[in-house]
Parts: sequence; structure tokens; C-alpha cells
Amino acid sequence: MARIFAYIVHRNGIVDDTAGELAAVARRIGPTTSPTAILTGWGADLEAACNSLRAFFGDIWKIANEALAYPNAELVRQALVSILPSNSILLVPHDHFGIDLSPGLSVKLGSAFVSDVLSIDGLERDSLRLVRQEFGGQVSTHVRCDISSGAVINVRPGAFRPEQVTPISSGVIDKSSAVGTLTARRRFFETIVAEAGDVDITKHSVLVSIGRGIQEKDNVALAEELAEALGAAVSCSRPVVDAKWMEKSRQVGSSGKTVKPKVYLACGISGAFQHLAGIKGNPFLIAINKNPKAPIFQVADVGIVDDVLEFLPELTSKARELRGVAAK
Amino acid sequence: MEILVCVRRVPDTSENEIELDATGKDIEREELVYSVNEADNYAVEEALQIRDRVGGNVTVVTVGGEDDEEVLRRELAMGANRAVLISDDAFIASDGRGVATILKDFVQKGNYDLILCGVQADDGAAQIGGMLGAMLDYPFASLVNSITVEEGKLKVSREIEGGNRELNEIDLPCVLSIQTGINEPRYVGMRGIRQVASVPIPTLGASDLGVQKDSVGEAAAKVRREDYFVPALSNGAEMLHGSREENADKVLELVAARGGLK
Repeated sequence: MARIFAYIVHRNGIVDDTAGELAAVARRIGPTTSPTAILTGWGADLEAACNSLRAFFGDIWKIANEALAYPNAELVRQALVSILPSNSILLVPHDHFGIDLSPGLSVKLGSAFVSDVLSIDGLERDSLRLVRQEFGGQVSTHVRCDISSGAVINVRPGAFRPEQVTPISSGVIDKSSAVGTLTARRRFFETIVAEAGDVDITKHSVLVSIGRGIQEKDNVALAEELAEALGAAVSCSRPVVDAKWMEKSRQVGSSGKTVKPKVYLACGISGAFQHLAGIKGNPFLIAINKNPKAPIFQVADVGIVDDVLEFLPELTSKARELRGVAAK
Repeated sequence: MEILVCVRRVPDTSENEIELDATGKDIEREELVYSVNEADNYAVEEALQIRDRVGGNVTVVTVGGEDDEEVLRRELAMGANRAVLISDDAFIASDGRGVATILKDFVQKGNYDLILCGVQADDGAAQIGGMLGAMLDYPFASLVNSITVEEGKLKVSREIEGGNRELNEIDLPCVLSIQTGINEPRYVGMRGIRQVASVPIPTLGASDLGVQKDSVGEAAAKVRREDYFVPALSNGAEMLHGSREENADKVLELVAARGGLK
């Protein structure tokens, strides 16, 4: 069968959690195959990352190149095209780098591309059956991918349990010399770190978090009043920031903050995986949403089908009663 | 600057509960509310703002059927100079690669400096822009959340983890996938749409674009959706079915038990 490779994301010498997850995916596709890890980068960080992977992968291919010190997808693509054997399966984490790299890479390799995969159903000859989601996670779908000319498969971070095995190790293989001169028409300048906001939502044990269901800017006050009554802070999901109703510093999710509260009230939040990725520490999750099909109810501990614009004021007045604070 | 924006008409997930139909294989498509894909609308707004700063034209294009004309007309009402519908029976059931191939042939008939797509649509694949860039051999950047025009190039920032941004310089011509929130798309009312009701929207097919029919459509698709399904849940939320008042009491009890309300 086709050889399976996993592209390993690493930073400061430490491999991303997705490394072990991709090892698990590879074994779901081909239980008897030994997947190969590919790492690109430069210097001591790259060496450290390669060495830390021996528990997950037998073969580790290293591409050391100064131009790859920062993972610019355009350059990584050139490097991968020059070293991947034809008809390979390449697994990539579906994060901001995988979104940047994989679709174009699949074109250059002449192979199929499947995005944001959640589960592997199995392989029958050249047909790989996978599970994805559509419509913001409201429904799932089985997808068949023809891998006869190879495939690039982007895997949702966190969807697979990392797998540690005792591989037959041939160790780190240096493939750097197989990569020619890398030229970029897109050049990385710098990383601009997010500005700190007025409230640090990562420090609060109770979060009242609002989503698209809050409907308009004026209604944000409903959440602020509730938060005040509960001794909580207000956070939000992406659409609220996109609409400029709250500052970016209040956003929970993979492109926002990672929070670890004890209680998380998801108010009018559908529950896209990018949002859930920012909720850690297994908080008690209470979801209020008027759509009974909202994916948030699949992960919440307690769910209420209701309009947050009606429910939040009710909750606020009862919370004020409980705390002995007179309603204004 | 000549700017092309690729858009798509999709069921609006903020307006619809997506459910399976009677066959259990497809979603219920009766009574779905459709609109322009959210990220695509941001891409159109960004194109219009760039045009208004540096001059040029904005063309919007979609691959679909006659129902999709409504989103093109909406984008014309926003201020796009030209709209094109690409439609052909040969294109039905194309996978992402097929759609990108069709768009590539369309782009090569024109003379565009900048091509924008929304970062992702209802299928969450986030693939068309990257594929199109590779097919055209143009540089590409995804998840773009700011654009500054310079001589022969752009400065773009990309959304990365933790609310951070990655600043890049990219040569023109290029393809960018636009993230939501990059701007504030202007409002389009019914009146605006009526004003562009008579603007002709040309329809182009496979032969107009020189699309090789064996590279698109169902036969060329390497990736195929078999069905839709709702996974059986082992442990979903415990749903509260009381009155609003009872539910509020219960929520407060749960919050207090876990250290809130202090």
C-alpha cells in the first residue's frame, strides 16, 4: 500500500500535540504500515524536535534549511514536492499552517485532498473512507477519497487520541540535500502578538460567553449584566468579534484565547470546533441556544433550548435575588 | 488593480437548522434560506475598498446554476463592476479540485492582479484558493485579515493561533483567502438590489472557457461525498425541559455548586 507520511508541526524544539495524533491516524489507515514523520526547519530546534519523536515514528525525515527556519507554506511545499515519493499519503494538522499548505501541495503532487478529517472509516484498495463535518458541525458526512495517485489529508487537531508505540526505529534520516534552492514570492516578516484587552478572560473561573445568538451590539449588555450578577466575565465566539461587538481579546477559540474556567455558559454559541478548541480544563458547560440541532449540545453538560435574549435577563434577575442585590 | 472575487451561494447556517431528509442520505433542502457565503462577502468588501483606494475594477464570479445569480446581483449592488456566472452541466458534482480547475480556466481568460476567495464555505474545506493559486502558479496566503497595497506587491497579515497575526509580503499577481472580520461589509438593501436588476450577468460554459471536460465533473472527482449523517451520541447534554423560570433556577444552582455567584 501507499507509504504514509505525517507532517510534524513544531515550535522552539517542541513538537505539537498533533504529532501523536497523526501517528494514530496513520495506523487507522494502514494498521501494518510504519508511518514516516517529516520535519522541516533549521538548527537546534529542529534537532530537538526530531529526537523527541522517536516514541511515535520509526522513520523520521529531517529537512534542515535556513529558509525553513520559519514555516512559510510556500517554501515547505517546494521542499515536500522534491522529497515525497509519488502516490504517498501525507497527513497534515488542519490548523492555520495546514490550511495554508495542503490544498496547493495536493495540486503540485497531483494527488487528492481531503480537508478537516475527523475519523477514518477504513481503506478498501484505493478508496479511503473518511468522516468530515459540514454546516458548522451540524451534520457529518462520509467521504470517499481515491488515493490511487496519492492524497494529502488534513486532520482536525484533537479529533484523534495520540498513539504511542514502540516503533522499529531507523532514527532520523537527513533529506536536506534532496531539496534544491527555495525561492519565495511570499516572504514572512514578523509575528504581531495580540494586544491584551481590558479584561483577562483566561483568569476567570466563570465565563458568560456569547455568540451570534446575541444578535446585535446593544444586547451585549444582557451578558454583561448577568456576568456582574454572577461574579463572572464576558467572553465570546468569533462572529461577535467579526461584527465588532466585542474586542478580539474576549474571543475564545483557536484564533483567540484559550480559557480554563470552572463554569462556561455558552449563550447563543453554535459550537464550531474552532471555538471549542479554546475551552480547556473540562469546565462544566451549560449551553443555551434556540437551535436544538446546535453542535454545542453535543459537548455541553447541560442544555437549554431557548432564546438567549429572553433567558439571560431571567437568569440575571434571579441571580440578583440570590445575592440580595436589588434589581435596578 | 483588476480584482477577481470568487463567491458562492450557500445555506445560511445562522438562519437554518440543518437536518437530514427522509432518505437519511441528504440534508432537507426545502425551505432552506440561502445567502452569499459569509467569508466571500468579506472578500468582496475588501476588494471594493482596495479598488476605491487604488483604482481598477472588481469582478465577482461563481460556479453554479441560475439560482446563484441572486448572490452575484447582491455583490453588484454592493458595488462590484462586473459579475459572471459560470455554469455547465459538465461541472455538476465537481470536487474542490474540479471547481478550482474551472476557475483557473476563467482566470486565464482575463487579466487579474489579485484574486480573492473566502477562507471557507459551508463544507468547511478551505481549499479552493490554495488550489487555484497552485494551478496558476501564483503565490497564495490563507486566513488573510489585513491587506495593504504596495508597488507590485501587498503586505498581508494572516490570522494564526492565539489571536496573533503573521505579517507577510506577497508578490502580485496572487491569490488570497479572506478571513471573516477583516472589514465591515456594507449593507445592501432591496433598493440597492433593484437598482442593478437590469445589469446583464453573462453565463459562461465549458466551451467558452476551454475547460477540458474530463478534468471536471463527477467523473474527475477524486473526493466524493457519500451521504450526510448525524452521529449517534454517547453522551450529549442533559437537556432541561422546564419553564424558563425553572431552567434559570437550575442553572444558578449548578453555577453556585461550582464556585460561581460569589
